[in-house]
Parts: sequence; structure tokens; C-alpha cells
Amino acid sequence: MDKSFTERRRRELLVAASLTVAAALVPLFIKNPNVQNIMILTLMFGALSQSWNILSGYCGQISLGHALYFGLGAYTTTLLFTKFGVPPWFGMLAGGAISALIAMALGYPCFRLGGHYFAIATIVIAEIGLLLIQNWEWAGAALGIEMPVRGDSWLKFQFARSKLPYFYFALALACIAWFVTWWLEDSKWGYWWRAVKDNPDAAQSLGVVVFDSKMGAAAVSAFLVAIGGSFYAMYVSYIDPGSVMGFQFSLLMALPAVLGGIGTLWGPLLGAIILIPLTELTRSYIGGSGRGVDLIVYGTLIVVIALARPEGLIGLFSRRKEASR
Amino acid sequence: MGLLYGLIAVGLALIFGLMDVVNFAHGEFLMLAMYVTFFLFTFFAIDPLLSAPLAAAALFVLGAVVYLVIVRFAMRAKANVGMVQIFATFGLAIVMRGLAQLFFTADYRSVPNSWLGGKTVSVAGIFLPQPQLFGALVAIAAFGGLYLFINRTDFGRALEATREDPGAVALVGIDKNRVFALGWGLGAALVGLAGAIMASFFYIYPDVGASFALIAYVTVALGGFGSVFGAFAGGIIVGLVEATTALVLPPSLKSVGIYAVYLLVVFVRPRGLFGSM
Repeated sequence: MDKSFTERRRRELLVAASLTVAAALVPLFIKNPNVQNIMILTLMFGALSQSWNILSGYCGQISLGHALYFGLGAYTTTLLFTKFGVPPWFGMLAGGAISALIAMALGYPCFRLGGHYFAIATIVIAEIGLLLIQNWEWAGAALGIEMPVRGDSWLKFQFARSKLPYFYFALALACIAWFVTWWLEDSKWGYWWRAVKDNPDAAQSLGVVVFDSKMGAAAVSAFLVAIGGSFYAMYVSYIDPGSVMGFQFSLLMALPAVLGGIGTLWGPLLGAIILIPLTELTRSYIGGSGRGVDLIVYGTLIVVIALARPEGLIGLFSRRKEASR
Repeated sequence: MGLLYGLIAVGLALIFGLMDVVNFAHGEFLMLAMYVTFFLFTFFAIDPLLSAPLAAAALFVLGAVVYLVIVRFAMRAKANVGMVQIFATFGLAIVMRGLAQLFFTADYRSVPNSWLGGKTVSVAGIFLPQPQLFGALVAIAAFGGLYLFINRTDFGRALEATREDPGAVALVGIDKNRVFALGWGLGAALVGLAGAIMASFFYIYPDVGASFALIAYVTVALGGFGSVFGAFAGGIIVGLVEATTALVLPPSLKSVGIYAVYLLVVFVRPRGLFGSM
């Protein structure tokens, strides 16, 4: 490795560390619960999008069904907690493990499919999952399921009075997702994935085990997304199939990465920082009337950004950097 | 019902086959066609039967405009062309849904007392609802017309040629953008036709497109992307599977059968039934 490369890697780590510290201090000054809510959601979507990015951005397998893993995480945690009293911390890991296993089981047939056939298969599988949960009486069916309030405690991860613990957890989640991506970028897997994305046949002929690398990407991606799902369930303490497993959610998860820069380290976070506050603000300021103006603004924004910045907003930064050199 | 699914899907297949773009706003096109039919009925008392060509014409214009204003630019993207197309058309879908909510409100509407609505026809002792039966006839006629159109007219040949090699057609003086715009118009007009028929027996509301759009993607993929005939056959299969599933499983699960069949088919034949690549 040449020196400038190692230096860049080290600089990325430093930037991330300072951003984390800065972010950690923010809620000490901003106490408005609405703003804190937006920050929590931003961090959560940043983490989710980063995880989605591993499979779809780096490995190039566009999944539009990641809501399945999000929902699995949310449901595993909630069901284990409400029905068996298992602490959410354990439920979270269980949800992650189940999702990773299911991702690999589904990947086995799905990774043979190419392009749109793969994307549609992911939509369809998530939709089957949604329909099954909607019809599963024990899990609350279409009405969803509520987390019983059992008092503030770290063990049960419930805090009625303060959003701070949720904020720090979301921050940790975003950090973990970022760090995993950062670490994988320069690992054997990271190089395999990009080779698989660019040209699977050439990668195969050079000795990359294409199928195994896709499976690895799917498992890591699903695990992290499921953790995000568990967190969401604990945070909002009420889940229903439509809101955690719907097709819309799959797209919401992909959107920050696409807007920020797909297949890049900083893209998903950047996208989330711009998109989520904007979504929440349009929803609360113009959307209250339920007349769809928020949808119009939001949709127009997506179209404009997609057309104007196909490589993602992150391109703005790198271009400036090159120009200043 | 299968033939109507086919009719919805064939518009999508046409656009996809022509230029490799999946239109994620297809369901919203359908929604709009249903509203057009509804308003023509409410304000001018034009029966869905008669307004079908009008809805098709309106959607033709919409499709062409959408291509010229949005898709044309999405195709020029230098990076992540696939994602840009998905999100450009998906963003459009959200805008259309928002506009529908704003102007048409979120109320459920229906077209009551149309000529065909609620009546049944008895064929050899089996009662068939008239709107669906008529829809099937229109769908068959539309497929026939489309087939002749693609194979027998200059424009149809231009369409096929552009699909094969967009670069080469430019050399013989065909304007690629014009052909694409007309292709989008045609694809949208087909879904407009389907929407007009469906308006007489489905509730109309801003989100109505979403459920049909997913079935349309499955139908197209089942038949094989790029194959118009495949979309037609896919539609029939989807209709049959849905009816069969409804016999065995509770109604809320009826789509599971369709999805399961799709997965089975592509796992065995990754290119869909009639797809070529």
C-alpha cells in the first residue's frame, strides 16, 4: 500500500471520530424533543442506508426488499420481549442472526438472477413476508403489536422521559455501520464485492468466489438492518406490518444512499442528514392538512436530485477537492 | 381479470422492451386513468365504455410528456443509470400520488350505475360479471391491435428497430427521441385503457395504483422482460393463479400465490417464461 492511501484511510477514521464526538455533544445543548427525534431518525436512517449500501452499493446487488430484514429485527425483538420477557438486547442479536440466516437462505436461489429480475424478486419476497405477518394472529396480524411499558431501565431499553439514551444508541448504530463499511472497504471482501459489481465474469475468472461474496454481503447487510429494526421497535414501542415491512420502507432505506452517493463510504450518512430532516419538516409544516403537498415536495425533490446528481451529492465534495489541488 | 393484468403489464413491457427502463410510476398512470374515467362520468355522464378511448388518449399525452421531461434526462445519466431511473420514476409516482390527494382528496370514489356495472351474463350456466367480461374483450382487441401495429406499420417497425439498435436508426433518419416518446405514450395509453375499464368495478383512490403496479412488475418479469407476448401470457397466468389461490387461502393472502409462482418460475428459468437476452 502506498503512503497516501494509508494516510487517507487514517484521515477518514479521524474525521469520523471527530464527527461522532461533535454529534454526541449536540443533544446536551439542543433539548427540544422534536429536534432530538429528527436527529435520532437521521442517525437511524443513516445506519440503515449504510447497511443497505453494503449489498447494493458495494456489491451491486440492488435490493428493494430490505424492509423484510428491518421488519424481522423489529418483530423478533418485540415478540421475544412481549411474549417471553426476553430483554431487547438479546432480541436484537437474535433478530440480526435470524435476518442474516434468512438473507443467506434467500440469497441461495436469488443470486442466480440478474438485474431487474433480482430487484423484483427482492420486492416480491418482502411482500410475501409482509402478507404472512399481516395474517399471523399471534403476532398481532395487521393491527400490529405494542411494547408494554415496564419502566425506565437500561436492561429493557425503555426510557419514557428522555430521548437521550435512544439518541446515543442511534449514534452508536451509525458509528458501527460506518466502521464496518470502512473496515470492509479495505478488506479482501470489499475488493471482491467491487469486482463482482463491475464485472462478475471477469471476477470469477480471476478467482473471486462470486457467489460466496454476494452471500457475505447479504448476511452483513441484513444483520445490520435488523439491528436497526430492533432499535426502531424499541424507540417507537409500537409496530405494525405496513409501517416496518412495506415496500415504501425498502425504498426509504435506499434513498439516502442513492442521494448521497451509492457505493461510497460517506454517501449514505450525507444523504440521511439532508433527506430525513427535510422529510420530517415538510411532513410537519405542510403535511398536516393531509392534502398531499408534502408528498409533492418530497417527490419533486427525489426526481430533481436523481436527475441533477446521478453520482450522488458526495460528488460535490470530491470535485471541489480535486479543483483545489 | 388475468387479461386486464396483461393489459396493464403490456404497457410496462413495451416501455421496458424499448429502452430498458422500468417505470415505477406505472401504477400511478393507472390511478390517473381511473380518475379521468370517474370525472368524465360524474360531470359529463360519459360511460366508462365510451370514455376508455379518451382516457387512453389523455394517458398517451401524459406518457409522452413524462418521457420528454423526465426519462429522457434520466437516461443520459453517466453514473448509476439503473438507480437514477428507478428513483426518477419513483419520485414521479410520489408526486402524482400527492397531486391526486390534493386535487381529488383521499376519498374512495366509484362509478355507479355504468352500463355494465353489476350486471352478469350467463354463459352455459356460469355467471360472469359483465364489466370483467367486457374488459377481457377489450384487452384481447388491444393485444391484437398492438400486434398488428408493431408488425404492420412503419412506426411499429421503427419502434422495433430502435429497440434493436438505437445508434443505427439515427443513421437512417429516425429520431430516437420521437420514437421513445411515442413508445412511452403508447405504453401509457394501454394502461389508460385498462384504467378506464377497471374504474367501473374498482374503488378509485390516490393509492390504488400501488397494489396493481406490483402485480404488473411481477407479470412482466414472469413473462420475461422485453417480451410483449410474455406480458400477455404472464397476465393470464397471474389471473388464473390468483383465482386458484383465492379458493385455497383466505382473501388477504391471495397475492401470495402470484408471488410464489413468480419466484418458482424465475428460479427455474432466470429469464422469465418468454424472455430473451
